[in-house]
Amino acid sequence: MRFAVIRFGGSNCDLDAVHVLRDVCGVDTDLVWYKEGLSRRYDAILIPGGFSYGDYLRAGAIATRTPIMKDVIRHADEGGLVIGICNGAQIAAESRLVPGVFTINEYPKFICDEAFLRVENNTSPFTSHYKEGEVISIPIAHKEGRYVADDATLRKLENENRVAFRFCDKDGNVTAGANPNGAAGNITGILGGRGNVLAMMPHPERAAEEILGSADGKKIFDSMIMYLESC
Amino acid sequence: MKFSLKITISLKKGMLDPEALAIKHALDNLGFNVDSLGTARIFYIDIDAVDKDSAVSTGREMCDRLLANPVIHSYDIEALGV
Repeated sequence: MRFAVIRFGGSNCDLDAVHVLRDVCGVDTDLVWYKEGLSRRYDAILIPGGFSYGDYLRAGAIATRTPIMKDVIRHADEGGLVIGICNGAQIAAESRLVPGVFTINEYPKFICDEAFLRVENNTSPFTSHYKEGEVISIPIAHKEGRYVADDATLRKLENENRVAFRFCDKDGNVTAGANPNGAAGNITGILGGRGNVLAMMPHPERAAEEILGSADGKKIFDSMIMYLESC
Repeated sequence: MKFSLKITISLKKGMLDPEALAIKHALDNLGFNVDSLGTARIFYIDIDAVDKDSAVSTGREMCDRLLANPVIHSYDIEALGV
């Protein structure tokens, strides 16, 4: 089993992701510079957080148009796992790996804070280690993280059970007050493709070890590993 | 022929524009009574094209493939011969 973490110019959570995958979860992981393309088959691809291309134009817009993203889309189309975290989620949305867009926060400032999420779907390859309705703590750090989609898309997400995570309070209540960025329906984790793509604004790689205050995010990577082992 | 494209990207009607709200608030603080305020981004792009329609068509493709995100943006293209 081998994961790839893609590094674009301006990625800055790439080494955190590699550390968690290699040292905490014990899975072979290559750090791939975007210009190299994907020269081999990977079981899972992680698009990390950061500020690729300085967030010029729109967060994720320029990285989405690089050749390596064609490889990533092909990998996803073939059923391979792809997880986009923060800037990676913005890239996944710009690439249409998930519907909708992550755009500027309702209060248009960068927010770096802890966040509570409610697990809405524990049947995906990314969330099977959670219980449905479980409240987890995974931090956020973004300025363009407000999820926006038209009403038809939002209905489709609900009907197809494609919402993985919503912002909630510590007791699991999905309220406006627990929504840090104004995301539609408090949505901050979306499943794309056949459920083999996850785009999420919170940073599970920053919550994968108890010493960091929460290990709740590690279950995402553990879920992916278990899914791949069972394939 | 050379054409200058002026491409204006705006948020679709009804989309929340937090930056515009903040600017409107500041103008109101200065004593202006602003009914509404929107922001837009303008790109000036010079290209070669056989005619004006072709230049606009190229501009549209640039918007659809990169400059705009169809989920939230609308765009307007003007082409001027130079």
